[in-house]
Amino acid sequence: MPTVHFTPQLRRFVDAPSVQTSAGHLRAALEDAFAGNPRLRGYVLDDQGHLRANVVVFVDGERSQDRQALVQALAPASQVHVLQALSGG
Amino acid sequence: MSDRAWAATRKGLFELRRVGALWRVERVSFLGEPVTMLLAPQADGRMLAALNLGHFGVKLHASDDAGVHWREVSVPTYPPQPDGATGPAWKLVQVWSLAMGAAGRVWAGTLPGGLFWSDDFGSQWSLCEALWQQPGRSEWFGGGYDVPGIHSLCPHAQRPGTLLLGISSGGAWETTDDGRSWQQRSRGMRATYMPPERAEDPDVQDPHLIVRCPSQPAVLWCQHHNGIWRSTDGGQQWVEVTTAPLSSFGFTVAVHPQDPDCAWFVPAQADEKRVPVGAALVVNRTRDGGRSFETLSSGLPQSHCYDLVYRHGLAVDADGRQLLMGSTTGSLWASSDGGEHWSTVAAHLPPVFALRFG
Repeated sequence: MPTVHFTPQLRRFVDAPSVQTSAGHLRAALEDAFAGNPRLRGYVLDDQGHLRANVVVFVDGERSQDRQALVQALAPASQVHVLQALSGG
Repeated sequence: MSDRAWAATRKGLFELRRVGALWRVERVSFLGEPVTMLLAPQADGRMLAALNLGHFGVKLHASDDAGVHWREVSVPTYPPQPDGATGPAWKLVQVWSLAMGAAGRVWAGTLPGGLFWSDDFGSQWSLCEALWQQPGRSEWFGGGYDVPGIHSLCPHAQRPGTLLLGISSGGAWETTDDGRSWQQRSRGMRATYMPPERAEDPDVQDPHLIVRCPSQPAVLWCQHHNGIWRSTDGGQQWVEVTTAPLSSFGFTVAVHPQDPDCAWFVPAQADEKRVPVGAALVVNRTRDGGRSFETLSSGLPQSHCYDLVYRHGLAVDADGRQLLMGSTTGSLWASSDGGEHWSTVAAHLPPVFALRFG
């Protein structure tokens, strides 16, 4: 099953344990994570359901280029990492 | 005379306590996080703090015990953006102003220009659609930020449904029916950063801050990008005040709670430099409605001072005597005599975004 991992930086603000999901694409996997943890949504997605400007998602080691629809397909063993983007110095 | 005040800063919320004549830091909440605005404790101890986390967005926290314990509450959220909608993205960038209105209603002014209200102290927020859907909103633009923002919220103590607000850069607006309809209230203001034929366009004015005299709410003062303005009729007409010494440019203004003729400004060198004139920090005070000013500097740094006081960095207590002033470079000063004399409270705080007594 795909697994979604969240940056440990989020733990300062909200619980963000890794979540196993049967989802076939990225948005559905995130929704699975939010279903048990509604407050997490606002830390990852903005008002329009897009990835926050300074949040980045890697799927199996590749940075996801789709920041709005989030329909990237996941494989059964996909590892998804939701991280904070480095900005500034 | 209040013995408690709050400094919202780039690196946390600082509770300040006065013991005798001395202010000191009592408590720090949210250390390391930008706190862009606060609503000072109400009579029952409830208060709000708005955070702007660098990566994870805007958050609101509420306290029931005047800042001892906090819990995260809902944050204003913009509705789905229609396809083809022009202007800034419908995404919350910052909570820039918070005010308590009538009947327990909390108002929140935001970047990119939306006004929200909550009737349950932050559990749920509603966008004021009537203002958001104003056709003229497409003319608003950023002033200090990339997108427009509501920085001034002026409820009317004697008229519960009335609220006047200020937008950088979208002028002044007033509702008299609790937000159901809005009227422009920028007449008399002037914008020299626009083409001459649009200098008096109400939708493009950049009032840096607007404050209302609580005891005489028809009187409003405005520190505008292009000078100082005053209204004595609730914002129907603004009259420019041209007598301020040194510079009429600045960001902040405070009005005496009981004396509508008394107001304080912090002049800065316009517009490209934005530092104290001559690198000497002063406060300009009028006590006659703007006919004349005194320049007050006792206790303030008078050489190589580059502190800038932003919109919400000057606060006056309910007694009209006690003042606090905080700067972009983390200095904090207090006065107990209406600004005649100042003393340094702290010199190494994070950049100060907002000060509030209470």
